[in-house]
Amino acid sequence: MNYNFDSERPIYLQIIEIIKNDITSGKYNLGDKIPSVRELAMTFKVNPNTIVKSLYFLELEGLIYTDRTNGKFITKDLELIKKYKENYLKQKVNSFLKDLKSMGYNKEEVIEILIKECN
Amino acid sequence: MEQYKNGLVEFKNVYKSFDDKVILTDVSFRINKGKIIGLLGKNGMGKSTIIKLLNGLLTPTSGEILINDLAPGVESKKIISYLPERSYLDKSMNVNQILTFFSEFYENFNIDKARKILYDLNLSETDNLNKMSKGMLEKLQLVLVMSREADLYVLDEPLGGVDPATRDYILDTILTNFKDGASILISTHLISDIERILDDVIFIDHGKIILSKSADELRVEYNESIDEIFRRMFKC
Repeated sequence: MNYNFDSERPIYLQIIEIIKNDITSGKYNLGDKIPSVRELAMTFKVNPNTIVKSLYFLELEGLIYTDRTNGKFITKDLELIKKYKENYLKQKVNSFLKDLKSMGYNKEEVIEILIKECN
Repeated sequence: MEQYKNGLVEFKNVYKSFDDKVILTDVSFRINKGKIIGLLGKNGMGKSTIIKLLNGLLTPTSGEILINDLAPGVESKKIISYLPERSYLDKSMNVNQILTFFSEFYENFNIDKARKILYDLNLSETDNLNKMSKGMLEKLQLVLVMSREADLYVLDEPLGGVDPATRDYILDTILTNFKDGASILISTHLISDIERILDDVIFIDHGKIILSKSADELRVEYNESIDEIFRRMFKC
């Protein structure tokens, strides 16, 4: 698979987003071992330092952890992932509502269409 | 990991002139271990001169150059794997003879690695160099350079003669094959092709360093790609 990075934004941030997606979508399961820095660098076709940086921030957020001798793993903390998924959804919905509000739609109209479209 | 007093490479206030023509003015920079650095500038701005100084092919008019705390010389040549702009290979040889030559010449040449990359790049060991196209020769040269277990790879325009479709392949070859923890200095004017692999960039213009920064910091600061920043700064 080829990743097309947006060269106007730091690549490590874009890799963080991809890995987060892989976690929430279930491509990675809780407690899965993640590939080595070298392997990830090859997958994403980027500099290994970029991967190190991405993993560092994912680890700060608690989404991955290091087992000193065995490598890095996806968190086993289901609550944390749930919370992350929820926040992400909130963020997306908020920006979606903000857009529609700026175009003059009100809450009732949006909810009505949403329900209709989802069925 | 071994720590050096200075960076792996240190340029301190380097000036270079040929007769009364000034090529480099007060060039200072550092290359730390494990970093991939882009030396970016238009043609004729001093990129190759910096690279030749680094490889001990030229000496500075004034200033100091240190590689592992030593001036360029026999010791630095052992740890630097250099891809020059032009081919220096003996065209009367075939690929296999070149491999033997390199493994006799360089202690840190990994012939198994070379064979593997050659295979990946569809080059045959029995090919004669005088029958190979310019692009194939460039690939071969890159294979030879990346097959050394070096501390620093210095690549002068590695994408120059390669078609755009092959460039990604070349970059992948560089990324897959450099020794863990080694640094890479790449000079090029084809910025959009390589910027995804760079940690830091150095912009050089008329023999001066006008910007030296982390690639990500630049993207955040300007909200643009390195290529766009470069084009804007050097608009004619």
